[in-house]
Amino acid sequence: MDPDFDFDFTQKPVSTGTTIMAVEFDGGVVIGADSRTSSGAYVTNRVTDKLTRITDKIYCCRSGSAADTQGIADIVAYSLNYHENRTDKEALVLEAASEFRNFCYNYRDSLLAGIIVAGWDEQNGGQVYSVPLGGMMTRDPCTIGGSGSSFIYGYVKEHHKPNMEQEDCVEFVKKAVQHAIYRDGSSGGVVRIGIINKDGFERRLFYNTESGASQISGNQSFILEQVMDAAN
Amino acid sequence: MLNNYNGMAQPLWQNGPAPGEFYNFTGGQTVQKLPRELTTAGPYGTKRSTAAITTGSSVLGIRYDGGVMLAADTLVSYGSLARYQNIDRVFKINKNILLGGSGDFADIQSIMRNIDQKMIEDQCYDDNIEMKPKSLASWMTRVLYNRRSRMNPLYIDVVVGGVEQNGTPYLANVDLRGRAYEDFVVATGFARHLAVPLVRENKPKDKEFTAEEASQLIRKCMEVLYYRDTRNSSTYTVGVCTPNGCGVEGPYQVNENWTFAATIKGY
Repeated sequence: MDPDFDFDFTQKPVSTGTTIMAVEFDGGVVIGADSRTSSGAYVTNRVTDKLTRITDKIYCCRSGSAADTQGIADIVAYSLNYHENRTDKEALVLEAASEFRNFCYNYRDSLLAGIIVAGWDEQNGGQVYSVPLGGMMTRDPCTIGGSGSSFIYGYVKEHHKPNMEQEDCVEFVKKAVQHAIYRDGSSGGVVRIGIINKDGFERRLFYNTESGASQISGNQSFILEQVMDAAN
Repeated sequence: MLNNYNGMAQPLWQNGPAPGEFYNFTGGQTVQKLPRELTTAGPYGTKRSTAAITTGSSVLGIRYDGGVMLAADTLVSYGSLARYQNIDRVFKINKNILLGGSGDFADIQSIMRNIDQKMIEDQCYDDNIEMKPKSLASWMTRVLYNRRSRMNPLYIDVVVGGVEQNGTPYLANVDLRGRAYEDFVVATGFARHLAVPLVRENKPKDKEFTAEEASQLIRKCMEVLYYRDTRNSSTYTVGVCTPNGCGVEGPYQVNENWTFAATIKGY
């Protein structure tokens, strides 16, 4: 019984088979993700936003179970918002990453969550932290995650250089996610990019087609005009 | 029931172990009753998993006349994927103790946080007394044994090394079941099979290693482990602890030799 053609997608857990990525540059970070959420073989959301706001200058990229990662992200965002109100200071990226790690580690047997935390703070500038399954945490200048990441380890190793310029980083992340989407069935849709620096968060969207809009306009029939005329 | 030897077996003595049953050593304090969500198998419940996910490979420790040396490569793997290639797995605990961690790396980070808290407590006493390596090893056996007795182990295998108050070097290995072992050479993982016999063969009788001999052996063992362990990388760090100080050096590269491959043809 081929599980992909069961059509039992009502019973399969919703997961973000995904490609996510984050890169540090001098002055900030660039984060990127695809936009597909799948339930087995069915695409439940083709325009998902996997770049989730934690605070104004800290975002996270989510992979694994959609429910688990959304739940944790909500809790961490709430907690940091309270912390910022109490201390009257912007939260540190390390603080957000630690909260994610504590959750993912303490409930590791019940969760399926692979998270990349990235942002900018005054103390340490742009930082990227990786919190994979199991709940360890490590800082990385460039990190990838999700099922699609397997296909781009080679690409990333070849093309990543430390301390690239912001626009070079954006191009690098966009191309890498596109490559992953090309080969990974669980990744697809558009490439969402986010740039975080001292001025805040800027969103960009890249299509995998020419314009992103539908190419065929009007009601184009498949029946050739000649045949129509002959019939008449 | 763990084994179905005799479903009607009586305990061997009052409150004692019954054949085929899981015996509660903690006597009185039963295993915490876990919520149903954590003990029901999927798809909507979860299976209790003790699997290691992100793992570190071998750690090697060698005792010599002036102290101890601990070496570990800088790789944390995700199954067969060499995921994080620049991670320090040898930690300086305080000026007398080094700890090398292998096994599940999230559990290593967790136990390190506990140990760091202990060291900060020590500093707060402000009496210039620091924890001794044997004490830390003893504490680790207690923690790990208790976790395994509750069927919730920390999936780690650690090497504790350092120098005692009177200057004698100390080296021990504690594993996920709380089993401790002290010797002039200890190792975890593959190194236990490949490096320990190598070091033992080179040990001069009735004499400790010199610093040069120990360094040579570490270099040789790291080279062998890189050739023969699929979950090893070629960069490693070395922690050195002597009565004069303690620190982690590196990362160093393995000196690999592949030139003889040209002489092999066919099968």
